[in-house]
Amino acid sequence: MEEITKIKKEIDLDRRGFIKKVLSGAIGGSLLLVMPATAREIAEQIPGMKEQTDLFIADKKFAFVVDITGCIGCGSCCIADKNEYQVPDGHYRTWVERYIIDDHDEVYVDSPNGGLDGYTEPRDDIKNPIRDTFFAPKLCNMCENPSCVQVCPVGATFRTEDGFILVDDKRCVGCSYCVQACPYSVRFINPVKHTAEKCTWCYHRVRQGMLPACVNVCPVHARKFGDLNDKSSEVYKLLHEPHVISVLKPDMGNKPSLHYLGLRREVI
Amino acid sequence: MHEILATASGALGYVFPNDLHVHWSLMIVLYPYITGIVAGAFIVSSLYHVFHIKALKPLAKFSLLFAFAFLACATLPLMMHLGQPGRAMSMFLTPNPSSAMAGFGYIYTAYAFVLALEIFFIYRVHLVKRRQETTGWQHAMYTVFSMASDNLSERSLKLDRKIISFLAAIGIPMACVLHGYVGFIFGGVKANPLWATPLMPVIFLLSACVSGIAGIIVAYFLLRKIAGKSIDMDCVRTSIKFLWGFFIVDFTFEMLEIFSHGYMATAHWHTLHELLWGPLFNSYWVWQVMILSVIPFLLLGYVSIRKVSDSLLRIIAPVASVMILLQVLLMRWNVVIGGQLMSKSQRGSVDFQPHWFEKEGIFLSMVIMVLPIIILYVMGKVFPFWHDDNQSEV
Repeated sequence: MEEITKIKKEIDLDRRGFIKKVLSGAIGGSLLLVMPATAREIAEQIPGMKEQTDLFIADKKFAFVVDITGCIGCGSCCIADKNEYQVPDGHYRTWVERYIIDDHDEVYVDSPNGGLDGYTEPRDDIKNPIRDTFFAPKLCNMCENPSCVQVCPVGATFRTEDGFILVDDKRCVGCSYCVQACPYSVRFINPVKHTAEKCTWCYHRVRQGMLPACVNVCPVHARKFGDLNDKSSEVYKLLHEPHVISVLKPDMGNKPSLHYLGLRREVI
Repeated sequence: MHEILATASGALGYVFPNDLHVHWSLMIVLYPYITGIVAGAFIVSSLYHVFHIKALKPLAKFSLLFAFAFLACATLPLMMHLGQPGRAMSMFLTPNPSSAMAGFGYIYTAYAFVLALEIFFIYRVHLVKRRQETTGWQHAMYTVFSMASDNLSERSLKLDRKIISFLAAIGIPMACVLHGYVGFIFGGVKANPLWATPLMPVIFLLSACVSGIAGIIVAYFLLRKIAGKSIDMDCVRTSIKFLWGFFIVDFTFEMLEIFSHGYMATAHWHTLHELLWGPLFNSYWVWQVMILSVIPFLLLGYVSIRKVSDSLLRIIAPVASVMILLQVLLMRWNVVIGGQLMSKSQRGSVDFQPHWFEKEGIFLSMVIMVLPIIILYVMGKVFPFWHDDNQSEV
C-alpha cells in the first residue's frame, strides 16, 4: 500500500513537472516570436562570400555543373525550387528529364510534371529491351551571349557584372520575346505577375554565401555549383581535368555557363 | 485566364515542360497582318505619286487613307498581347538598343508622321476650301486640319506637289523598313528553326505588298458598290497586274524558302518536316499553298494575260483579292503560331486552338479587324476617298 502511494506521488510530481515544462516552453516560444530576432548566422557554403560588400560579386566566375551520370531522378531539386520561388503549377524554373534508350536505338524522353513528383514508376510503353537510362536536369544556362538579354525590348532581362542573367519583374512588359528567343525553353510568363520568369541560380542565396536551393538538396550531389576562379573548387577541377563535359546546343553560340558532366548526344 | 488561353491544347512526342504554352497567339498574328496591309496600301499610292502609273489615280488618295486607318490600329493587338501594357511606353522611352522589338515605336511613329503629312498635303486644297465654305464647329475642325492656312496660290500648290512627291518617295523605303523590320522580329529568333531565316523579312515584305494591294482592290469594289458609283475597270486591270506581279515574287520566295530548307536538309529540317507535314499540314499545304495561293495565282495570271471582259473581271478581281487576303492571314498564322508549335526539344509539337472569348481570342481579333473600317468610314467624312467626289484636285 505504501508502495502504491509512493508511485502515485511520483506520477503526480511528473505530471506537475510536465505541465511546468510545457508552460515554460510555450511562454519561451511565444517570446521568441515577439522579440526582434538578431541576424541568423548562416554557414558559408561558398567560400569568400562573406567578404563581398560591393553591389556585384567581385573576382568570382560562377559555373554550374550537372552530373548526368549521378542524377537519380528523385525530383528533390524541383521541389526545392518550387518551394523557394512559389513557382505556379504548369511552369518550371527547373525540371528533370528521363531518357530511356532501347536496343533499337529508339530514344524515349519524358518529364511528367517536370519531374516534380520523382520518377517512381517505370515506363510501360517500351517494347524492346532497354540498353540505357539516365536523367537530365535542366535549368537556366546563364549564357555568356544570352539571347534573352539581346531581345528584351526594355532591358528588363539583363546580365549582371558577376555573370547572372536576371529578370526585373518591375520593368518587364510581358511581351514574351525572351521566351521565344531562349533556345533552352527555361523561361515562362508568370500567370500571376504577367512577367517573364526563369531560374536565377538562386542569386539571392549565392549573395548570402549559400548554394542554390536545388544544389543544396540534391541527395547524390549531381548538381554542383562553384567559382571557376577558385582553383580548389570542384567545378574548376571538373572543367579543367579530362572529363566528358559539354554544354547544351553549342551551335546556338550562346556559350552557356551550365555544363553537363557525362553529357549524352541524346540530350537536347 | 491567361494560362488557359495561351496554352496548347495537346502535345505529341516530348515537349519541354515550358513549351506547352503558346505565348504569341492571335494578336501577334494580327500585328504583322495589319502592318503588312499598311505597307502594301502605301505602295499602291506611291505607284501613282512616284512611279506615275496613271491608271491607279482613282486609288491614289484612298489607299493613303486606307493605310492610315489600319496604321491607327496597328498597336492595338500589341497592347492586348502585353502582360503589362501599362509599361508599353518604356519600350519607346528607355529602349534596349540590341532588341529588334524596341525599334517598333520609332519606325511606327516616323511612318505615321510621313503618312499623316502626305495625307495633309494631298487634301490641303480640299481642306482649305471646306474651311472657307463651312461655319461653326465644322469651320473650327477644318481650321485645325488645314493648319489654319488658306494659301492656295499657284506657288504654294507647286510646292505642295513637290512635297507630296518627296513624301511618297521617302515613304516607299519607310514602308519597306516598317514591314521588313516586322519580318526581322521573327527572322532574328535563332532558337526557332521556322523563323530563323534571312528570307523572313523579304517574305514578310512581299506578302505585305500583296495584302495591301488586295485589300485596296476589295475595298474599292465594296465602297464604290455601296456608294453606287462606277468602277474604273482600267484601274482594276492595272492593280490586278501589280497584284499578280508581286504575288509571283512573293509566292516564289515562300516556296523557295521551304525548298531550300528541304534541299539542304540540315538537322533543323527534320523538325520543320515534322511540323509542316504534321500539325500544320492542313493550314499550310492545303489552305495556304494549294487553295489560297495556287487558285488566285492562276486566276490573276489568266486575267492579266488574257483579255477578259469587264463583267468577268468584276467577279475574278474581288474573288482573287479576297483569297489573297486570306492567304496572307494564313501565312501569318502559319509562321507565328506554327513556329511555336514545335518544341525546342526537337522531339515533339503541340496543338493550338484559339478560343472565342479571351484576352487574345477570335472575337477580339474580329473587333480589331473591323475597327480600321470604322475609322476609314469616319475619315471619309472629312477626306473624300475618290477623285470624282466633289473636291478639288492636286
